[in-house]
Amino acid sequence: MQREEIIEKVNHFLVEEIEIEENLLKEDALLKEGLGIDSLDFVDIVVIVEKNFGFKIKPEEMTNVKTLGQFYDYIAGKVN
Amino acid sequence: MRRVVITGMGIYSCLGKNLDEVRQSLYAGKSGIGIEPIRTEYGYRSPLTGIVERPMLKGMLDRRSRVCLAEEGEYAYMATAEALRNAGIDMDYLEKNEVGVLFGNDSSAKAVIEAHTTAMQYKDTQMMGSGAIFQSMNSTVTMNLSTIFKLRGINMTISAACASGSHAIGLGLMFIRNGLQDMVICGGAQETHYLSMGSFDGIGAFSVRVDDPTKASRPFDRDRDGLVPGGGAAAVILEDYDHAVKRGAHIIAEVAGYGFSSNGANISQPSDMGSGIAMERALKDAGVQASDIDYINAHATSTLQGDAFEAMALDHLFTPYHTPISSTKSMTGHECWMAGASEIVYSNLMMLNSFIAPNINFENPDEYSKNLNIVNQTMEKNIDTYLSNSFGFGGTNSALVIKKIK
Repeated sequence: MQREEIIEKVNHFLVEEIEIEENLLKEDALLKEGLGIDSLDFVDIVVIVEKNFGFKIKPEEMTNVKTLGQFYDYIAGKVN
Repeated sequence: MRRVVITGMGIYSCLGKNLDEVRQSLYAGKSGIGIEPIRTEYGYRSPLTGIVERPMLKGMLDRRSRVCLAEEGEYAYMATAEALRNAGIDMDYLEKNEVGVLFGNDSSAKAVIEAHTTAMQYKDTQMMGSGAIFQSMNSTVTMNLSTIFKLRGINMTISAACASGSHAIGLGLMFIRNGLQDMVICGGAQETHYLSMGSFDGIGAFSVRVDDPTKASRPFDRDRDGLVPGGGAAAVILEDYDHAVKRGAHIIAEVAGYGFSSNGANISQPSDMGSGIAMERALKDAGVQASDIDYINAHATSTLQGDAFEAMALDHLFTPYHTPISSTKSMTGHECWMAGASEIVYSNLMMLNSFIAPNINFENPDEYSKNLNIVNQTMEKNIDTYLSNSFGFGGTNSALVIKKIK
């Protein structure tokens, strides 16, 4: 899956389902401090990712994923 | 001892989505009961239910608040928001003053069943999502309302079967009377989803009069064949009288008396003695006599046994005074955990507008109801003091006496 396609899918669910404002979705945006994604939101993101990308996020793999760009890369690494 | 008054109320039920719609339905004797076909597919004996439309909360509440709200919590939000507006309370007031919340709720079955279904499908509890735990607990309504409205006073849910909402108001009365709180949001909430009522249907408690749904709920009538489940939510703002006067609040009524009892007997069979004790205690607590009661909003759900036992108790206490009685469950169905609160809102609307809503479908009395003055047509009547009864499984009984402030 191309990175552009992943970005499109991730941004779509972040806007539509997590209700994050679209103009905040920048590669360098911090997931927690920048986008306001808290631990409960992340539970829902785990569910959405599994349903959309077919794999389960493991918390230990997310320790170095701080920005939205790193999150796109993490998904790309799992699906490709 | 401090006096406790109602300074705001809100309602969301099968009779309407706000006070004005519900007042009109009550006056018109309009039933909110219909058929939900999926109940038959699921295996219910009866597809009859109060028809309550889910509110659209997107745009009214943020995502986190919506994700954590179960169906009954959505109704409770709508009723509470209306009650606060009605009381002239805004978010600024709630942030500066300590306000409590006590709601009656005794299940959140849909959330529990859906979480179980997800676990069975994925073999992974995380797939239940972040809202499941907050939707699944009995205290879902109060935990959500306290978060949404930034409430910092007493915060808990009362689970007492079909008397839950009434006990919630009774306990709110006690918290304020005793000086522990100045203002408490009290109410009751009831889920209506088909996943929530199957076990109740399973014991044969529901009417199967499907040929004419609006005739199915017929409390006290000789030909009743069971109750119809309903739901939604109701809220009242309880407040210390002096506190209400000081802030210039419009006072709707006084919560004058609360009576309670437990039958200590059969889990499903009511008791004329137990319910009578609750009524007598409420009258005594309010400092009134049976002859002072202008109207009784009966618990009567349209079951054979329940209505008969309540009729016996009412006959014993009120027949000498020919007190007008109606069960609004004839129009709403049995709103279960919510009923004790919604019936206070319904009765307050009657008191404010000087009418008694009819016990529709009461056509022929039985041997127990024949001595009672059951109102089956809308009656224009001034109400200064009324009694509201609520009884539940396990023999829990609650009665409230409400008075006009003069």
